Amino acid sequence: MKIGTPKEVLEGENRVAMTPDSALQLQKLGHECIIESGAGANAGFSDAAYEAAGVTVVKTAAALWKEADIIAKVRIPTDAEAKRMREGQTLISFFAPAENEKQMEQLAKKGATVVAMEMVPRISRAQKMDALSSMANIAGYRAVIEAGNNFGRFFTGQVTAAGKVPPAKVLVVGAGVAGLAAIGTSTSLGAITYAFDVRPEVAEQIESMGAEFVFLDFDESSQDSSATGGYAAPSSPEFQEKQLAKFREMAPDIDIVICTALIPNRPAPVLWTKDMVELMKPGSVIVDLAAERGGNCELTEKDKKIVTDNGVTIVGYTDFPSRMASQASTLYATNVRHMLTDLTPEKDGVVDHNMEDDVIRGATVTHSGEVTFPPPPPKVQAIAAAPKKAPPKELTAEEKKAQEVAAFKTQTKNQVTLIAIGAVLLLAVGLVAPASFMQHFIVFVLSVFIGFQVIWNVAHSLHTPLMAVTNAISSIIILGALMQIGSASFLVILLAALSIFMAGINIFGGFLVTRRMLAMFQKS
Amino acid sequence: MEFGFTTAAYVVAAVLFILSLGGLSGQESAKRAVWYGIVGMALAVAATLIGPGSGYWLLSILLIAGGGAIGYVVAQRVQMTEMPQLVAAMHSLVGLAAVFVGIIAHFEMGRVAGIVASAPEGLTAAGMEAWMHEQHLGTFAAIIAHKTPIELSILRVELFLGIFIGAVTFTGSVIAYGKLAGKVASAATKLPGGHLLNAGAAALSVLCLLWYVNTGGFFPLFVMTLAALFIGYHLIMGIGGADMPVVVSMLNSYSGWAAAAIGFSLGNDLLIVVGALVGSSGAILSYIMCKAMNRSFVSVILGGFGGSAGPQMEVEGEQVAIEADGVAAALNDADSVIIIPGYGMAVAQAQQGVAELVRKLRAKGKNVRFAIHPVAGRLPGHMNVLLAEAKVPYDIVMEMDEINDDFPDTDVAIVIGSNDIVNPAAQEDPNSPIAGMPVLECWKAKQVFVSKRGQGTGYSGIENPLFFKENTRMFYGDAKASLDKLLPLID
Repeated sequence: MKIGTPKEVLEGENRVAMTPDSALQLQKLGHECIIESGAGANAGFSDAAYEAAGVTVVKTAAALWKEADIIAKVRIPTDAEAKRMREGQTLISFFAPAENEKQMEQLAKKGATVVAMEMVPRISRAQKMDALSSMANIAGYRAVIEAGNNFGRFFTGQVTAAGKVPPAKVLVVGAGVAGLAAIGTSTSLGAITYAFDVRPEVAEQIESMGAEFVFLDFDESSQDSSATGGYAAPSSPEFQEKQLAKFREMAPDIDIVICTALIPNRPAPVLWTKDMVELMKPGSVIVDLAAERGGNCELTEKDKKIVTDNGVTIVGYTDFPSRMASQASTLYATNVRHMLTDLTPEKDGVVDHNMEDDVIRGATVTHSGEVTFPPPPPKVQAIAAAPKKAPPKELTAEEKKAQEVAAFKTQTKNQVTLIAIGAVLLLAVGLVAPASFMQHFIVFVLSVFIGFQVIWNVAHSLHTPLMAVTNAISSIIILGALMQIGSASFLVILLAALSIFMAGINIFGGFLVTRRMLAMFQKS
Repeated sequence: MEFGFTTAAYVVAAVLFILSLGGLSGQESAKRAVWYGIVGMALAVAATLIGPGSGYWLLSILLIAGGGAIGYVVAQRVQMTEMPQLVAAMHSLVGLAAVFVGIIAHFEMGRVAGIVASAPEGLTAAGMEAWMHEQHLGTFAAIIAHKTPIELSILRVELFLGIFIGAVTFTGSVIAYGKLAGKVASAATKLPGGHLLNAGAAALSVLCLLWYVNTGGFFPLFVMTLAALFIGYHLIMGIGGADMPVVVSMLNSYSGWAAAAIGFSLGNDLLIVVGALVGSSGAILSYIMCKAMNRSFVSVILGGFGGSAGPQMEVEGEQVAIEADGVAAALNDADSVIIIPGYGMAVAQAQQGVAELVRKLRAKGKNVRFAIHPVAGRLPGHMNVLLAEAKVPYDIVMEMDEINDDFPDTDVAIVIGSNDIVNPAAQEDPNSPIAGMPVLECWKAKQVFVSKRGQGTGYSGIENPLFFKENTRMFYGDAKASLDKLLPLID
């Protein structure tokens, strides 16, 4: 199959869907690659570089659209481009199928296949072709750079001979891929970074990137994003109110706001209102990554940078990835290449458009003359549902106290009962037993008592040496044999001698092996 | 004959023994404490030889020296992995010695009774005293001679108990030794009749006790000794290998009680003191071990696990295997590592490899620690001794309670040759036979590697859901061979 990449026609779009590197990989799949002359120029890839990678360079877009079986591009096709599609041709590109019904029907009627890159389902297997994530990553990084560009101060705090520089305070709203990338960039530049998200489970991710999660004092905040495939869902009015109040409280302190909050297939929620902008210090910067969908900030103007009356810069660019065209092209081309790898399972240059495959099915919006959007939910759940946990009941101070008192009482009761039983038993023994026995018995009871007190303090790690030592000293039985060996009876002497001999083994063996073991225990 | 000096020496020896046990509360003080024990023992033996130990000095010293030589050689040669066997073997010696001393005491009683009976009639109390003195009785015999009939009966009971406990300890320890050394199959086996046989033998012993107290003949004593030997044998045969920590500590306790019982019959306070100390020490160890398994002492001794209360939880998922390079990569990335050793490590003699791994990881600045479950291995504290032998510093070897809360903050947990002590079913499945047993919560670590020989279940035969968890990878193979493969990959 011939895979062709035209030059992007949209004004200001610098990216390209094929790089010399990705072309090499595509050829390994048995495909042939062609590219329109100058397509990679803005991203830093010359025609010569493509030719060196074995890509055929064609002069005009018309020729390319005609020749290629598969078109790989970045932006939604223009109407002119869509007209060029023909039956059996495949288009791999961003497509925004939800807002692009007219083109979708038109292409379906033509019998063309469209693979929309933003429709790749969010499952582990498909991460390598998740162009939304790779582009969002770049956007998040670039957003911080763009903010720094418009911000008159350092990100990091410094104490210099020329005076103290306070660190910048950055708030990242929305901790998706772009948000997390922004957090990472911002913290590595040294700013104090806060982040907010309606999904409480991302708090851990935020903290792992070095930012502080902005907690709301709100009970119902537990959105379970696993139900929505990892994306945020609209929140309740009460929640929104709390959230705005929190932001209003933070606004005067924050130097830079990076807005990344988007809800799939909806306009961007307004999270940073006009009055918050007015509360901010002059020189502050807002970068609104949601500008394309109307912006998280009320004052954002799409594709423009404005400065408000109180000196706050609001950046509403929508082409952040394009502003880093070389990096963005490399990542996007790799995403496309992975998509084609999945479409070419045999690596023989023949595309097998397997509509049973979760990923391919999800991304395909027109196929065999029909519109196949929206796709059925994927068979594999993206994220396991978090188990609902009942929080352990907090005990009040009185309850705790009552519990302690009760525990103390039962303990006392147990102890007193034990002592009483022991005393009665002792008395009973004392009634029958002669005094000579009782003398020894007292020694015995006291020794058991001492034994219990002492042994409880022995370290767990020394239990084996303890056994060896008790072994050695239990050979004290040798005394019994020593006292009796001086007898007239041969049998007695023999048995006593044997006992002394065995106890001798035990005494020496036990103590020596204990010493050996203890010598091994070393501190680091 | 009163020996003030001997009694004084005994008091000092008893204090030294108590200090010796008390010193085991810490690794450093323990090194001093063992000397207390040695000095105490030397003092006790010397005092007895000088004082009441009548005659045959040279023979006694020769015998002690001969036994000592054997003990010395054994203590120098024994491998640390063989400690459980050694301890069991030494218990059996104490048990047998107790039996012998008890039987001697019986013979002495008979002899004294004969002498008293042959005394000329019509002597006054003082005259009798003088006459007895002329008979050159031994110390012990002299004590017996002064006893009243009630005291003699009590003496018989004491003797009887000493011999009984000693005999049980002897055969029990021999079997425990056999099981631990692999000379007897470690599975729980019982003769047909099971515990009824033990109960029968115990009942027979009680009958013999009554018989013996009334007649004082040797025959009931002999029958009882046989019965006790049988009980020791059969009881321990019926207990499986993994319950050996309890068995060994129980036998340790018995050897102490036997010494105490003999001490009563000989009227020797030092024997009583030491016997009681050892007895209570063993009892506490048994208690700790049982608690760590969440089983009652009786259920361990009667063998086998109790019937489960319902169907066990189905284990879902699959065991995912991993090779050495995967483990090495994870270890190279990890900051904190916890290693959980078990009996499998001892069997494979892998402690040196483990120690080497720890040295390498620690050299890279990683936080590496050990988590020791109280019943890991076949002897209380077995793992600690093995790791100490491999020169693992003891301050990174933690007890279960010290470290269990740290697993969620740990990057990698490595399970080497342990199974039931890391089984999450103990907490998650109320129907599991080990439900409620305290376990090491290693599955809370970010990643768990399990070094294991194959896919089988552990000693208890319970499926371990840990092996099926998402963050668990199975590193199959002999622990030592696995570590040898792993070590060169850590850099």
